[in-house]
Amino acid sequence: MKQKIRIAAGQGFWGDLPDAPVRQVEGGPIDYLMLDYLAEVTMSIMQKQKARDPNAGYAKDFVPLMRRILPACVERGIKVTANAGGVNVRGCADAVIQVARELGLAGKVRIGIVTGDDIMSPLDELLSRGIELRNMDTGEPLATVRDKIQSANAYLGAAPIVDALNQGAQIVITGRATDTGLTLAPMIHEFGWSDRDWNRLAAGTIAGHIIECGAQASGGNCQYEWRSIPNLADVGFPIVEASPDGTFVVTKHERTGGWIIIPSIKEQLVYEMGDPHEYITPDCVADFTTIQLEYEGRDRVRVFGIEGRPATEFLKVSISYSAGFKAVGTLVYSWPDAYDKAQAADRILRQRLERLGLQFEQVLTEFVGVSATHGPLAGPPDPDIPEVQLRVGVRGQDRSAIERFTKEIAPLILTGPPAVTGFAGGRPKVEEIVAYWPALIPKEEITPLVEVLQA
Amino acid sequence: MKVQLTKVAHARSGDKGDTANVGLIAFKDELYPILVREVTAERVKQHFKGICHGAVERFELPNLGALNFLLHESLGGGGTLSLMTDAQGKTFSTALLRMEIELTDQEAADLNG
Repeated sequence: MKQKIRIAAGQGFWGDLPDAPVRQVEGGPIDYLMLDYLAEVTMSIMQKQKARDPNAGYAKDFVPLMRRILPACVERGIKVTANAGGVNVRGCADAVIQVARELGLAGKVRIGIVTGDDIMSPLDELLSRGIELRNMDTGEPLATVRDKIQSANAYLGAAPIVDALNQGAQIVITGRATDTGLTLAPMIHEFGWSDRDWNRLAAGTIAGHIIECGAQASGGNCQYEWRSIPNLADVGFPIVEASPDGTFVVTKHERTGGWIIIPSIKEQLVYEMGDPHEYITPDCVADFTTIQLEYEGRDRVRVFGIEGRPATEFLKVSISYSAGFKAVGTLVYSWPDAYDKAQAADRILRQRLERLGLQFEQVLTEFVGVSATHGPLAGPPDPDIPEVQLRVGVRGQDRSAIERFTKEIAPLILTGPPAVTGFAGGRPKVEEIVAYWPALIPKEEITPLVEVLQA
Repeated sequence: MKVQLTKVAHARSGDKGDTANVGLIAFKDELYPILVREVTAERVKQHFKGICHGAVERFELPNLGALNFLLHESLGGGGTLSLMTDAQGKTFSTALLRMEIELTDQEAADLNG
């Protein structure tokens, strides 16, 4: 058994720095590259792409990335875990196999695919059996939005990824798998942890939580002494050095920017945290109040003491549904009286919308530069404020009302308060809202499927 | 003596649906008991008046010298439904750091010393 494995984070979200995974592979020794592509509503976007083109429906960026790094990964035995498969895991794997063959790597790469997360087809059957998939936030049963559902996927944990690795897969592509499972799975595979070793499973889960947002653990978006953070232009993404006993060190490649310090790790630990006593994943329940941190050298923070508890009997399900339309329009008003002018323009706009009889579920006005982020906490603005951006958003079920709203913004330039600019983008776009519906499903309803393909 | 939270703590915030979370982290372990005493759920609810329309929950992480707050009904519906500039609650962290807390003379002296 290896006494240490290095798992590197390459993407904090779909759209993160394109070269980050390449730099993780080329910048120093790593054993695993972990790539998280799926935000909460990404699956619905992919579902739409697949409806238009049966070959689409996965994180397209993953394929050109593999073209760049696959030769080095094969040469150095670096394995990849990625939830790039979206709603078309096999299509994604086929594209990677094609790339491997073009690179002359046929017969040299085994690709594991994990499916079984997609519950779109059995959805009605599940509902008819009384599995209501109630919204975890509102308590409403899924039946209330049944005809608007665009995708439904259970979050799979580390276990099927471990299966694929155990079968010799070098690249493991999943659909809706948890970000933490992508990091935990290599540890279970390498160290042979039991699936009831709750403390170690919790440690691997927390390691995953620390690196799943990429550079947000290594100096990006770090409030602590932010002016002192070295060379963010060249920020190094985080790497977990895991040991068989469940302790690990968070670090990054040498000669990269950013920093790994206890405050940057703490900031990432509390990010999107709920009840710290129970961070629930398919693999275990991790207790964040047991985490201990200490320095182990420059850009090295050791994490230890983590305790966990048995996993629950449920998996989380991410469902996306169509929830109407929205549009946001902006204009910029300049000194003098910038804020007064922006407020006057908002009043005029609202009078016109009312006269048109347009119905919206919500109309929201914000004044960027005055109160858009901190609201009333920001206090009154400087009377000489150089400019204020008026930002008005509307939302509703009736697309035509939202369309009509978008035509009322630009006319304010010639028919409203003076000294206005910032309309170069043209009319605001009407966006379909695809909303997120979190729910729980009994674990026994979901059967993960693992296959290992030869390139 | 009154000081702004930004003198004693840093923070990071995020979202879960219509709930914003703010993790508040003491600059030093010695400052953590001050956070526990001063930054109660009630005061945070009061601080975010007009922004947070639901309950505020507080959790303690003495091991990290940190408090975690959940501010329910704060993000205009949350996620893609929200029309807010900060639909993900990313700036709730610095909004909390605007809060003023009361230090004893000794605590104030320690902070400046």
